[in-house]
Amino acid sequence: MNLPIYLDNNSTTPMDPRVLDAMLPYFNTKFGNAASRNHAFGWAAEEGVDYAREQVAKLIGANEKEIIFTSGATESDNLAIKGVFEMYKDKGNHIITCVTEHKAVIDACKHVEKLGGEVTYLGVKSDGLIDLAELEAAMTEKTILVAIMYGNNEIGVIQPIREISAIAHKHGALFMTDAVQAVGKIPVDVNADGIDLMAFTGHKMYGPKGIGALYVRRKNPRVKVTAQMDGGGHERGMRSGTLNVPGIVGLGKAAEICRLEMDEEAKRLSKLRDKLQVELTVLEESYVNGNTDHRLPHVANISFKYVEGEGLMMAMKDLAVSSGSACTSASLEPSYVLKSLGLSDDLAHSSIRFGLGRFTTDEEVDFAIKQTLKAVNHLRDLSPLWEMFKEGIDLDKIEWAEH
Amino acid sequence: MAYSEKVIDHYTHPRNVGTLDKSSTKVGTGLVGAPECGDVMRLQIEVDENHMITDAKFKTFGCGSAIASSSLATEWLKGKSIDDAMKIDNMDIVEELALPPVKIHCSVLAEDAIKAAINDYRVKNGLEALESAKSHH
Repeated sequence: MNLPIYLDNNSTTPMDPRVLDAMLPYFNTKFGNAASRNHAFGWAAEEGVDYAREQVAKLIGANEKEIIFTSGATESDNLAIKGVFEMYKDKGNHIITCVTEHKAVIDACKHVEKLGGEVTYLGVKSDGLIDLAELEAAMTEKTILVAIMYGNNEIGVIQPIREISAIAHKHGALFMTDAVQAVGKIPVDVNADGIDLMAFTGHKMYGPKGIGALYVRRKNPRVKVTAQMDGGGHERGMRSGTLNVPGIVGLGKAAEICRLEMDEEAKRLSKLRDKLQVELTVLEESYVNGNTDHRLPHVANISFKYVEGEGLMMAMKDLAVSSGSACTSASLEPSYVLKSLGLSDDLAHSSIRFGLGRFTTDEEVDFAIKQTLKAVNHLRDLSPLWEMFKEGIDLDKIEWAEH
Repeated sequence: MAYSEKVIDHYTHPRNVGTLDKSSTKVGTGLVGAPECGDVMRLQIEVDENHMITDAKFKTFGCGSAIASSSLATEWLKGKSIDDAMKIDNMDIVEELALPPVKIHCSVLAEDAIKAAINDYRVKNGLEALESAKSHH
């Protein structure tokens, strides 16, 4: 077992060696521009892209013509939201999203607001799921798009996608989802799920960074987005720019591996994740954040009360995890996702996200459990709050100095 | 962000972790920070009849730099008079631990904790409280 152990697979995943093998020829012998229609170099590149497009489409139950390659999910989110807003502005200007979305969605919506759009940011319940009645009530004649994420990056909760898309469609709006954390991890089918646009990316599914895709529905209804970048009209005119052929080939291979291995892998990972969660929540005053029945198989977000997340991560020195603690973010604010569940700031500061992945072993999880238990106990020995809690002092009644 | 060796040393082997009897008139206690801000420090000093600090203990809820700052503070306090201890400046801590700008508030909190502990002792012993903490991040 090599240290440190990587348990931050919601941030990014290591690339599968099979993906790298598939990509390599496209850096050297098959270096052509996929848009070069008149020679063998171009044809070879185009063939690689076409095959990858099929592999990607197959993973999500789409037609290959519905796949628009982009630089990643941030670009896909931007293209979907801004592109729909521009394309459908005669129909309406209202978009509905929710507060736990990734910044790429939230900030694209903020941009749309500056252009005259109206955006409703739905709150979430304490388990991280949106309230369908609230969504229904927020729909108006002007609503052109509902954008709700598939699985959350911090807590892993899976939104009721089919119910959400049904509500959007009933009111004549399109449904878009940021499915970065879900695609390749759990079955996602754009038809069964009623998805009109969907953003996802290579590097969260054991593929390369710098390549992602936007699924754009072609039938029932035919969806169009206004391009956000001007140029050669690639990708059916929706995304100009010479295709990243090695990246696309890598995304295709990654999608194929996920499709073939997902079921087995999800079972293995949820078993390991459950073990980790059960053994860590043996600790007093530890809480699992988010709905545990509707959750991605590989994620557990746990708050260890009375210890601070960054300090805790320092003690878990052989584990690469992440925390909702303010100290780990540039803004010095604790996680907005955890706060939107109604978690108090101190619990948000005390959270650790464990993200397991394809290369996580049983042995690594056992080690992670031991080191986490030791670290939490060590820091609680150092914590004045833990001591006060043990003495029965109500911390909420103390007047803390403002700072 | 990498931590300095001194931060790691204090974090891994914190000095003077513990609790003094806060009801004793010889003990001054400073409790600063707030849980919702992600750091709370409790620093305690035990002072003899000559106003010399004979013992110091801390407990801290916070990041590695906050723990290291309070650990270092307890080391510096022992053997100092309460008047000299009052002169400890947060920038001394920043320098000693090589704290990056984003962690300067940890040192400010440690200075606040020192001053709060000394003032608690002073008030308990009929002395007036001195300049209050400089605070706030």
